[in-house]
This record gives sequence, structure tokens and C-alpha cells, in this order.
Amino acid sequence: MSFLHDLGRSTLQKVSSVGASSIMLFGALFAFPKWKNIKLTIEQMYVVGVQSLLIIMVSGLFIGMVMALQGYTILVNYGAEGSLGPMVALSILRELGPVVTALLFAGRAGSALTAEIGLMKATEQLSSLEMMAVDPLRRVISPRFWAGVISMPMLALIFSAVGILGGHVVGVDWLGVDSGSYWSIMQSTVEWNKDVVNGVIKSIVFALVVVWIALYKGYSCIPTSEGISKATTQTVVFSSLSILGLDFVLTALMFGIS
Amino acid sequence: MISKRTELWVGIFVALAIGAALLLALRVANQGMAGGGETYKLTARFDNIGGLKPRSSVKVGGVVVGRVSRIYLNEQDLVPMVELEISSEYEQTFPDTSSLSILTSGLLGEQFIGLQPGFIFPEDLEMIEEDGVCQSAPYENCPYLTEGEEIFDTKSALVLEDLIGQFLFNQGSD
Amino acid sequence: MVCIVSKKMSEHIVSVKNMTFSRAERVIYDGISLEVKTGKITAIMGPSGIGKTTLLKLIGGQLTPDKGSVIFQGEDVHGVSRNRLYELRRKMSMLFQSGALFTNMSVFDNVAFPLREHTKLDEDIIRTVVMLKLEAVGLRGAAHLQPSELSGGMARRAALARAIALDPDLIMYDEPFAGQDPISMGVLVELIKSLSKALNVTSIVVTHDVSEVLTIADYVYILANKKIIGEGTPEQIKDSESELVQQFLNGNADGPVPFHFPADNISDSLIGAKA
Repeated sequence: MSFLHDLGRSTLQKVSSVGASSIMLFGALFAFPKWKNIKLTIEQMYVVGVQSLLIIMVSGLFIGMVMALQGYTILVNYGAEGSLGPMVALSILRELGPVVTALLFAGRAGSALTAEIGLMKATEQLSSLEMMAVDPLRRVISPRFWAGVISMPMLALIFSAVGILGGHVVGVDWLGVDSGSYWSIMQSTVEWNKDVVNGVIKSIVFALVVVWIALYKGYSCIPTSEGISKATTQTVVFSSLSILGLDFVLTALMFGIS
Repeated sequence: MISKRTELWVGIFVALAIGAALLLALRVANQGMAGGGETYKLTARFDNIGGLKPRSSVKVGGVVVGRVSRIYLNEQDLVPMVELEISSEYEQTFPDTSSLSILTSGLLGEQFIGLQPGFIFPEDLEMIEEDGVCQSAPYENCPYLTEGEEIFDTKSALVLEDLIGQFLFNQGSD
Repeated sequence: MVCIVSKKMSEHIVSVKNMTFSRAERVIYDGISLEVKTGKITAIMGPSGIGKTTLLKLIGGQLTPDKGSVIFQGEDVHGVSRNRLYELRRKMSMLFQSGALFTNMSVFDNVAFPLREHTKLDEDIIRTVVMLKLEAVGLRGAAHLQPSELSGGMARRAALARAIALDPDLIMYDEPFAGQDPISMGVLVELIKSLSKALNVTSIVVTHDVSEVLTIADYVYILANKKIIGEGTPEQIKDSESELVQQFLNGNADGPVPFHFPADNISDSLIGAKA
């Protein structure tokens, strides 16, 4: 009996937290065109985007280099090392770019957002905004939300570009693949609409999910040290799982069924 | 309220992202065929398409002129039909006596369609000049391949098993 | 100074009428009523953990009561539209226990925040106003500091400067004296008193520091056991014959307000645990 009771209660809690987070999301979405929020959004783009730039570029470089190295050792067996370019480019543009960027973003910026909002709640800053007749959804949540959603696809593009250049460094400069064929075969295989645009769409979807989870977890956390640390952990875990799960669904929709 | 440094950095960030997008657009991706450019459709009937896939390229002497847009089965004759999208750049370029064959790039490479341009009779050229058959919509008598036309002269893909079978058969009959 | 106010919002700036509020099945207030006179300092006292902060949040419209209503300047705080509620909130301000300064901006920007949000004043005028407010709390020299560089008492004074930035009609102080050394406490008592006189604002002070608040309050409510157990001027309260009030004023450990959180009989629970 008590098992059923618990099950019912936890289901109700889950459902109502989905509801609460959706209400928050809509509050944030529709607060965008209002007044000086643009400035606040730019400020947050600095925190969320610019400060993630280094980690994204370094990771992109190394992942591109590793892809080229691994790809070369396999392709050279078939004398197909000319296909190194498309292999590196396609795997980065379609998968690694959006996914790794989103995972790093969740760890770097998502957790920071949760902790920041959680602390603002714990120190009554959110409450005090409300008492000053300033809507915290509009003033605090919305700029962070939009900054995240704008920054992530940009970071993913930068990641992909740096990764492909990294592949060039290893493949062409170190392993001696012909530079012309690296670029030209890549260019004949990679399609703007299909590969690049789909990658960007993926990373926009990931951005929505990660930022949503991060902000909601911070906004709804129990305002104590344990509560904030738990919320931060949950942000990273939930975001990572959602990214990987959604990646499968999106890949199936975009590339799987032709 | 916003410091100049923040603005500068966000500016750099945006510039980097645009740079990355440009690099991807110009050096990495080909927008030519897939970039929403104008195309016209042709259909072709094959006996066997082998490993041809939608989006495989259509080449004339190695130059990509279009892509396979759809592959389906003709329900009456039960033979594969291939729909091609050819860039409008090459509209009224290929004579309707052109032939198609399914070729393979390299030993293990992917399959593509090779278009072998045909020829045009001199009297047809005169007809184009005089009657203007290639100038407006129903191109019935136009001797060039136009929107929706079907190509009958096709060569199927080479299937390894058939080749080996033929080879053995020939050996046996000798 | 003579203040002419319309009859409607005259005497009482805030009236709480027969309000019941419960949180997660625990009743916090059971049908309480109280009134706050315009221009006076009203103290609300009571032991810790009875939800005094909750009362302020109810008045500010951040929480909604289960029954009853809160009237602020003649309008039902929980009955008006969201936009109207935000307009009402511009006339009240609240000093949080922690100060709740925005940690990502300097003291100056914190005090300027409500002005920048709600007015279209020039930056020059804002600067003047902010400096005047900071001067009033004695922190003009600390304008450029970050909140993390302030001591607890200074942070609370900076927050007070922010709370009075828009010249509100009502200031609610949430435990302004908690955790302060005697000097800061004295400073805060003086500030509350002088602000209320100088700006003619109404103050609600929620606290459990009996001696400080009795020196400045015009009227006192004592809350315990979900109800108001005593009210009156400080003199009336001191002379109250209610056991509850006397227990609270004198700080007796046990009395009508029980020392123990409600629990079942200790011998039962210990024996029960063993069995």
C-alpha cells in the first residue's frame, strides 16, 4: 500500500515539475523582446559563450587531430587515405561537433548557471527582485536562456571548423595526405544543407534542452548547500543523458530514414 | 552597465562563429548541387541499379551535373526507375539520344551514374532554328533532354555474381 | 509636516484580515488579523520558526493565503492582476535578512538598480539619488565596493539604501537585528527610527529581539502558536497579564509556548523503538 502511495506521489511530483519547468520556459521565451533584455543577453553571452570558447576550441582541435590519426590508420589499409577529409568532416559536422560541444557546454556553462541561480535563490536575490517589482523570469532567467541558445550553435560551428583544421594538421602536415584531395574530396562529399545545417539544428535543440534543464534546476532547487550541489549534479547528468538520447532520435530523423 | 571589454569579447565570439560558418560554407561543404539551386527532372529505367543510392551523383566525363533524387519500382514492368535532378545550368544541353550507365568509382568506391551525351542530327538543328520547338513549354519535338523526359538507353550496373556466372557459362560452352 | 491622505488609504496602510496559511499540510497561520498604521513603526515579534518571514511574503504577494485577505492601500494584494501587483510592489520594499544584494554588481549599482529598472532618470540624477541614499545609511564611501567586501552590518545598510531608493510608502524589515554586533545593531535601530521619521514611511519590523524593538516600535504584535497572542503599544505589552506574552518577553524556556516540538510521548517512542 505504501509502495503504491509513494509511486503515486513521486509520479505526481514528476508531472508537476514538468509543468513548472514548462511555465518557466514560456516565461523566459516570451520575455525576450522586452526592453533592455538585449543588453543583459549580450552580457550573459560573455559568461556563457566567450568563457566556454577556449575549452571548445582546444577540444575541437584535439578531437579533429585524433579523428585524422585514427582515420588514417584505417583508411591507409585500403589505399583510401584520400577519403580522410570527408571522414573527419562528416563525423565532426554531423555528430562530434554538436554532441561534444553540448556535453562540454553542460559541464562548463550549464552547471555554472544552475549554481548561480541556486545561490541567487538561497541568498534571497530572486525574492528580492520580485519584491522590487522586477520579474526574475524576465530579468534573470530569460537573458541566460537566450544567451545559451544563441551561443551553443556558434560554439558548435567553431568546434567543427577548428576540428577540421586540426584534422588537416595531422592528416596533411604530418601524415602526408595530399592537401588538395583532403579539401576537394571533402567538398564533393559534404553538403551544406544536409550536413552543416543539420548539425546546427542538432546543436540548437541540445542548447534548448541543456539551458532549460540548467535554469530550471537552479530555479527550483532547495536553497541550501546540499540542495544546490545536488541540483548542479543533476543538471550535468540529466543534460548529458538528454543530449545523447536526443542525438540518436535526431540522427534517425535526419540521416537514418532517407 | 556593460563594460567595453565584454562587448569586445562578445564581438570576437560572434566574428569567430561567422568565420567558422564561412570556412564550412566555402571550403568544407558543396552548396552547388544541394544548395537549393535550380534543377530539372529526368527519369530513367534500368534493369538493375546495383548499389545506386539516392543522392548518388550524375557525372558527364567526371563532371558532376546532377544527383539521383529518387529510386522506385515501376509497378507495371517491375523494373527500377531512377529519378535524376540535373542542374538547370545544363538545361537543353544533352541530346535526347544520350545514354546512362551505372559506374563504380574505383574498386570499392561508391556507384554513380555516368551520362554519355548523344548526338543531334543536322536536320534537327535546323528544326530548332526554324520552328523554335525548344523555346516554349511543351518541348515535344525538342531534340534535347527536357523536364520530365525519360531516358531509355541505359546500361545496368555490373553485378559481380552475374559476371562470374557468365564467365563460367562461357567457359563451359567452349 | 502635515500629510493629507485620502480617506480610503488613511489610517491603515496594511490590513491583514482573518488570514489562514498552511505550507505542506502544516498550518502556519490560523485566522490572524492585524493592522499597520500609516507612518508608524509596527513590530511583529514571535519565537523563531513560526513563519514571520512568511508573513512579510504574504503581505508582499509572493505567497498566497489559503483563506482571508491582505489589503495594501485599499487594494487586495492577492485579488489584483499581476501587473497591478507589480505596481503595488513599487510602493513597498523589503529588507531581507541576508540583505540580498546582487553579488554581481557594486554597492552603487545595487542601489541604482531599482531606479534604473523603474524610472527613466538620467544617469547624473541617478548618481545623485544613489549618493544621497548611501549617505543616509553612512556608506557613501563604500559605493564602489563589491557586496562580498562588506561586513554583515554594512551589507544590511547597503540593502536598506536600496530599499529606500524609490521612496516607498512601506518598508518591511525581516529580522534586521539578527546576527549583528551591538554597535551595528544600535546603528540599525537608529536608522530605522530616523528613516521612519524623516521620510514618513511606514515600517513593519519582524524580529525576535525584544529589547531593541520595544524602544522604537509604536505598536507591537506578538505571534505564537499560529495566532496573535498579544498586541498593543510597548507599554501595554510590557504590562500584559498574558502568560504567553510574559514568557516571550522574559525568555523563559518553558511555559505556554512549549519547549518541545510536538511529538508523541517519549517513553512510548523509546520503548516502541526497542520493541
